[in-house]
Amino acid sequence: MSVATQDSMIAGSKGYVRAAPVESLPAPAATTGVIGWMRAHLFSSPANIALTIISALLILWLVPPIIEFAFTHAVWSGTDREACLPSEQRPEVGACWAFVRDRFSYFIYGSYPIPQRWRVDIFFAMLAFGIFWLLWLEAPRRDLGALYFFVVVPIVSYVLLNGSELIGLRRVDTSLWGGVLVTIVVSWVGIVFSLPIGILLALGRRSNMPAVKLFSVIFIEFVRGVPLITVLFMASVMLPLFVPDAYSPDKLLRALVGIAMFASAYMAEVVRAGLQAIPKGQYEGAMAVGLGYWQMMYLIILPQALKVTVPNIVNTYIGLFKDTTLVVIVGIFDFLRTVEVSRIDPKWAAPTTSATGYVFAAIFYFIFCYGMSRYAKGVEARLAKSDHR
Amino acid sequence: MSIAQDSGPPKVSPIYDPRIRSVAYQVLLCGAIIFLAWSAVRNAADNLARAKISSGFGFWNQTAGFDISQTLIEYSAQAGTYGRAFWVGLLNTLVVAAIGIVLATIVGFLVGIARLSKNFLLAKLSATYVELIRNLPLLLQLLFWYNAVLKALPDLRDSWTIGSSVFLNNRGFFAPAPIFGSAMSYVAAAFVIGIIAAIAYANWARKKQERTGEQSPVGLVALGLIIGLPVIVFFLAGMPATLEFPEKGRFNIRGGIEILPEFVALLIGLVLYTGAFIAEVVRAGIMAVSKGQTEAAGALGLRTGPTLKLVVIPQAMRVIIPPLTNQYLNLTKNSSLAVFVGYPDLVQIFTGTVLNQTGQAVEVVMITMAVYLSISLITSLVMNWYNSRIALVER
Repeated sequence: MSVATQDSMIAGSKGYVRAAPVESLPAPAATTGVIGWMRAHLFSSPANIALTIISALLILWLVPPIIEFAFTHAVWSGTDREACLPSEQRPEVGACWAFVRDRFSYFIYGSYPIPQRWRVDIFFAMLAFGIFWLLWLEAPRRDLGALYFFVVVPIVSYVLLNGSELIGLRRVDTSLWGGVLVTIVVSWVGIVFSLPIGILLALGRRSNMPAVKLFSVIFIEFVRGVPLITVLFMASVMLPLFVPDAYSPDKLLRALVGIAMFASAYMAEVVRAGLQAIPKGQYEGAMAVGLGYWQMMYLIILPQALKVTVPNIVNTYIGLFKDTTLVVIVGIFDFLRTVEVSRIDPKWAAPTTSATGYVFAAIFYFIFCYGMSRYAKGVEARLAKSDHR
Repeated sequence: MSIAQDSGPPKVSPIYDPRIRSVAYQVLLCGAIIFLAWSAVRNAADNLARAKISSGFGFWNQTAGFDISQTLIEYSAQAGTYGRAFWVGLLNTLVVAAIGIVLATIVGFLVGIARLSKNFLLAKLSATYVELIRNLPLLLQLLFWYNAVLKALPDLRDSWTIGSSVFLNNRGFFAPAPIFGSAMSYVAAAFVIGIIAAIAYANWARKKQERTGEQSPVGLVALGLIIGLPVIVFFLAGMPATLEFPEKGRFNIRGGIEILPEFVALLIGLVLYTGAFIAEVVRAGIMAVSKGQTEAAGALGLRTGPTLKLVVIPQAMRVIIPPLTNQYLNLTKNSSLAVFVGYPDLVQIFTGTVLNQTGQAVEVVMITMAVYLSISLITSLVMNWYNSRIALVER
């Protein structure tokens, strides 16, 4: 009331003129805060309400049993199957984590001799260091990091893991390797070889030379047209036929050849997509300043093409990492195979042993694959940002 | 005079001539590949001779002598040949791939659209499903479904039953099988006629709409023609079909339809895995349609359903089709993982059992690869044809 009189006095006239706006009312409670959010996102229409109820029921149906299985009913310690059998006191038995604890070192190292396992640990550490160096964008001398990762680590770890009489390391036959070690070795060999071979194949496919183009196209389309299992079969049963008997490669090497071939063909298509995204002017500009073919590719084209393909390259790596599980078909004890072998071990035969083993394997694969896909998403977001000026 | 002489191309060593270089590189490459192939063949011949393994395709007509748990065509261990076993395996692969593609498409489209839903719970639920499934190896999922879920079902004695004729246990799923009388051919004919009539009606309705703008109830009429007509004929022909009920004995179940747990595990695994990838393809496709299209449809007064059906999905399909084809091919190739759960597909029968029995690795692996390659190439051709039909026609 007093405000109004003041206003009219300021205006100095008989009519009513308002000088200051009324303070705005708060938004209706129904459109803000928790209730408003729920209205907009959960209960906006009858159909939406129905969807919400169905989803909520689904969640209620799925989540409590999972929590019961993994935590509340789980068995955390024990030495053999007795611990995980249902009994009078505990009619419902969840995950048998005691089994995972007991078999943990087998899952990691396979049958690698126990006194020699420090070598595997060093290998893991070297690899982790290299990955960290390459992925951390502000790290110093990332070019040295690449050299370390793609050249130094492969040679050192081959000597380290395989052993060499020269430096007094006992030889460890690859048939004893197993578990996470083999999964990492196989996927890492795939990663290290598939990128350079894939780049060469992609360049070959876009080459002007008909013979080079033809061979590249045949290789890429052939490998991409058949399942990985048949490629592994080929590497496993046909490769030994094609080399002289004396040089017959061991099982692990055969699988590595198969995986590297397979991954290279897929990588070639990813790189080709990146090459196609480079405008023709870049090629012409490079040629105009007098660069040769390899200089042009190395200095101008590939840096740009690979930059935009990084997310797809990482996605190919994720596929490769998942595909390494198939090497069991040629008799190699990768991580999933060690889980398979352990879960049917009579010592741990209990109703939930299998499910526990699979859940553990799922956690392992999920951490790696999800981590890689997050990284790819991050790179994608950074590239998108750098394109905006 | 001297100027004319100088203006000719400068004399350079032929080493720097790009054409000569290109020819030299290609000759080198061909030489290297021919040498590799030649030495591989020679080594293979040596190795095979030493191992006393014959080569050639003579094994094709030899008696196989092993049993196959699921046969869509006639086959027996005594009378079946390796060639026959090949066809059995190929058919099993095609069956699981075909059913898998249909189901994975349904799952993928539902989840892909659900992930874009405004409903928070539904969107998050779909996102969780997609992220979880896509980041786990297919083999792990197959083994989980087979060993931890289907093998954990009750055994024969404690089978789960619906009524007294549908059984579910760790040996598989058993249901009544329809036995058709001879008059069933009329029903089949009615079904075919129904489909043809429905297509004709849809064409007529489309032309009518283009001419006059009037819409016809195409969906209802087509449903009536395709489902209703055969049903009427079925009753007119005096219901020429009976059901054969599975009977539970002490040790096994006889009669009826039997679906192997291996088949179910493979199908669930493939459908859920590929469905998650298709969901991402669908989501990317829908997001590629600009928001203005949806808003314009809204401004014209279309509701959400028709907006999706008439405006968004037709445009999204152009983006979706190529990667969708890839997913179909992936599913077909991934069906070779059947070998890990023991479903008798092409790889399990042929590169597994036949290879072990005959030892003819080169021939067997080559035939298997040729089959998958042909499937891939044929699918690509069909899909490219379809893709070019629905592609945006620009000036």
